[in-house]
Amino acid sequence: MLSLRNLRIDFGTGPDRVQAVKGINLSLGAGETLALVGESGSGKSVTGMALTRLLPEPPAVYAEGQILFEGEDVLKMSPAQLRKLRGGKIAYVFQEPSTSLNPVFTIRNQIAEAIDLHRSDVSDVDAEVVHCLDLVGIVDPAKRMHDYPHQLSGGMQQRVMIAMALACRPQLLVADEPTTALDVTVQAQILDQMRELKQRLKMAMLLITHNFGIIGGIADRVAVMFRGDIVEEGTTQEVLQNPQHAYTKALIGCIPQLGQRRKRLATIDHSTLG
Amino acid sequence: MFAYLLRRLFFFIPIVFGVMLLTFVLFFVVQSPDATARRVLGQKATPKSVENWLHNRGYDKPLLINHTPGKPWHDSLFIHQMGRLATFDLGTSDVSGRPLREVFAQGVLPSLLLTLPAFLLSIALGVGLALYLVFIRNAVVDLAASLFCVALMSVPVMVYVIFGQFVVAQVLNYFPAFGFELSGWSTPKFLLLPVVLMVVSGLGADVRLFRALFLEEMGQDYIRTARAKGVSTVQVLMRHVLKNGLINLITLVVASLPFLIMGSLLLENFFGIPGLGNVLFTAIQAPDFAVVQASVFLGSLLYLGGLLLTDVCYAWADPRIRLQ
Amino acid sequence: MKSLDQIWVQNLSLLTGYSLLAGLIFWGARSERWRSAWRRLKGDTVGLISFAVILVYLLIGTLESIAVPSASGSRSLLQQLTRSIPQETSYAAPLASTALSLSDPKPLKSRHLLGTDALGRDTFVQTLRATRSALWIGGLTSLIYIPLGVLLGMMAGYYKGWVDDLVQYVYSTVAAVPEILMLVSILMVLGKGLGSMSIALGITGWVGMARLIRGETLRQVERPYIAAAKAMGQSNWKIITRHLLPNVMHLVLIKFVLGFSGLVLAEAVLSYLGVGAPVGTASWGTMIDASRSELSREPLVWWNLTAASSALFVMVLALNLFGDSLRRAFDPKQGA
Repeated sequence: MLSLRNLRIDFGTGPDRVQAVKGINLSLGAGETLALVGESGSGKSVTGMALTRLLPEPPAVYAEGQILFEGEDVLKMSPAQLRKLRGGKIAYVFQEPSTSLNPVFTIRNQIAEAIDLHRSDVSDVDAEVVHCLDLVGIVDPAKRMHDYPHQLSGGMQQRVMIAMALACRPQLLVADEPTTALDVTVQAQILDQMRELKQRLKMAMLLITHNFGIIGGIADRVAVMFRGDIVEEGTTQEVLQNPQHAYTKALIGCIPQLGQRRKRLATIDHSTLG
Repeated sequence: MFAYLLRRLFFFIPIVFGVMLLTFVLFFVVQSPDATARRVLGQKATPKSVENWLHNRGYDKPLLINHTPGKPWHDSLFIHQMGRLATFDLGTSDVSGRPLREVFAQGVLPSLLLTLPAFLLSIALGVGLALYLVFIRNAVVDLAASLFCVALMSVPVMVYVIFGQFVVAQVLNYFPAFGFELSGWSTPKFLLLPVVLMVVSGLGADVRLFRALFLEEMGQDYIRTARAKGVSTVQVLMRHVLKNGLINLITLVVASLPFLIMGSLLLENFFGIPGLGNVLFTAIQAPDFAVVQASVFLGSLLYLGGLLLTDVCYAWADPRIRLQ
Repeated sequence: MKSLDQIWVQNLSLLTGYSLLAGLIFWGARSERWRSAWRRLKGDTVGLISFAVILVYLLIGTLESIAVPSASGSRSLLQQLTRSIPQETSYAAPLASTALSLSDPKPLKSRHLLGTDALGRDTFVQTLRATRSALWIGGLTSLIYIPLGVLLGMMAGYYKGWVDDLVQYVYSTVAAVPEILMLVSILMVLGKGLGSMSIALGITGWVGMARLIRGETLRQVERPYIAAAKAMGQSNWKIITRHLLPNVMHLVLIKFVLGFSGLVLAEAVLSYLGVGAPVGTASWGTMIDASRSELSREPLVWWNLTAASSALFVMVLALNLFGDSLRRAFDPKQGA
């Protein structure tokens, strides 16, 4: 369904040019979940944004390669085609729900905006908004939808973001650090919700995270990104149990585990990683 | 909300008192009433006429405390002036002797007829141009536009006016260069040129300010969310950027609303519009200290009113404040 | 004897002003922030050109400010240098060979690049001489409002509490009076003159500076380095001068340059209103004021207005552009 071929993304021009993504290859089948793991600055979020050409250009430059979605190159699409793709076929959930929702519109307005754009089949928009909010486990959605974002808790806000992303029945959900900004207990709830919804709606998911701890049980495969390159790829089980690359081992070493007596969590020493 | 406004209003009292004190020091201490009388009456004034002038206005009282036996201590210039202003008694003109309340009341309408359309037009044009600049996102156009805006800002108002009057009115003879009538269709004819000049002279600064405001909005996370939903750039600007930007704009422009009443000093004088700006201009030339002093007091009240209005508008427009 | 004293006073105050500016830049230039800003500025063509233009104006204004002894007491170096240009009796058009008169065009003593004014003085020289008023207003006012605003702003932001309340109260009160009314009132009472104009502009001008510096100081005192300095037992005064001041100086510089352009404009407007430059002092504002009636003359006299407006425009433009360049150089992210 989705495949990246030798994708290279640069930022800036001339002497200030930096390579954020250095020619990566990735593929994702329908209904599959791929976790893209790496530290901040490894190029994982840039890759996620690039899927629908969301990066502001300039400074971003798509220097090389292809992004094929259902056989079509996203980088060659017209603005109108891109708008159909964004939200309609590939939807996003971002890290910080409190700033990712527009503070001056009600959540009804913000979800309805997506429905208006992509689903001409829906006649009763309000009912559909209620349905979407219900889907992500928001209690009393008919009342809540008239709230403004600041009236909801962080976990609720992220549920609204997910509802907004699912409103147009996308084939692929890109979740960019969806739980990083949330409390640990809320994290677990949101992840459970996403796992369940993914199965129910039969959509593919690209889970972008720095945390190996959250991917077990949700991702089918894992790709590890380091300084703009994919350094390791495999099934979740393989990678978690038998990591090959030193960086992957280091990242897995950062997961706090219950029952283990360890004085200090591992940190990553970049000097030894080349 | 209501309690907040009340608190603000309460906070204004010491400021109003400060302004009253400031004007008193300036107009009665730095320059003694005696000197004021001589400057108003001119070189030929006799000691007798100066004395009369001072007595008629109560300016012959002691400055702070009346030590004269048989007179109450508070029969002083300071207490007298404070009491007068506190009851909105603006006094009379130094030159014509007319009550200032009347003079000012007459000037409000012509001033508003000039500045209100100019204000609305400036905002509409400034917001429109700024949105357009943000929309096209082109380095060359941005550079050219910002140079042009700085150039517009660097021309003093009077040069705009002299140039506008000369070219449009004198050479091309499209509009009357001077004058004002408050009747039907001739009013807009007299006002069109000054309004246009006022808009042009402020446009550079407005566009720059609004563009910076909108660019900041463009960098927000919720703009990324909107784009990720498939919203077109035009829609992003017209819905998401504009609404958030306008809320921030309120803090910048609403405070200037009350000043519209004050008119524009230079434009009104140039075009002979009998508004408050012109009243002030004439007072500066005369010199008429009473008019200037009363203007300072009224101006500061208007300023504080503007602050209050900003708070109200902001709270009304921003759900984060409104719903608290 | 008296005139010699005046020469000394004038030249000495000029020297003081320049040494202050040089000292400030030299002192600021030690920090890494200033050095990297300078590196960025060197690549900014618009900034460099506008800086060069400002330097030219500075040179002209300085020439007019340096007093030299002459037969009639003292005159400026600029007058001394241009003494070969003769004075006519009345208007002359640019480069014309005869006086501007339909009935009696007498031959002129010399051709004038930009013509002459009503008194027959060379417009080009008058325009150059008017630079002095603009520079003195900008310089003197900056000497008043910058120390006042920086000091009060830092004290309010550092000590907080009642100091902050007091400073805020004073500037709220000053800000409550519309600026033009405040300026006009002060100038009407103090009388015309470059000195009183600077005082008036200084009284209204420090508010903006104090607000800016207070805000930045409030941000800076949250930073760990201030807590560290306090923990090491440094006195408040040392923390303010050694740690806070260097960290807000770049804002002061930017505000100084942008504020200078505002002051030059204000000088012209106030002089135009008749409360600014005294009679006999060359100023672009008074030149523009005088030229209003010249536009309705026959034949038309346009060169005085054009020369004064252009000189004013170019200077304000250069200051604005250079101020923007400085801001971009110090804060590359925001100024983009």
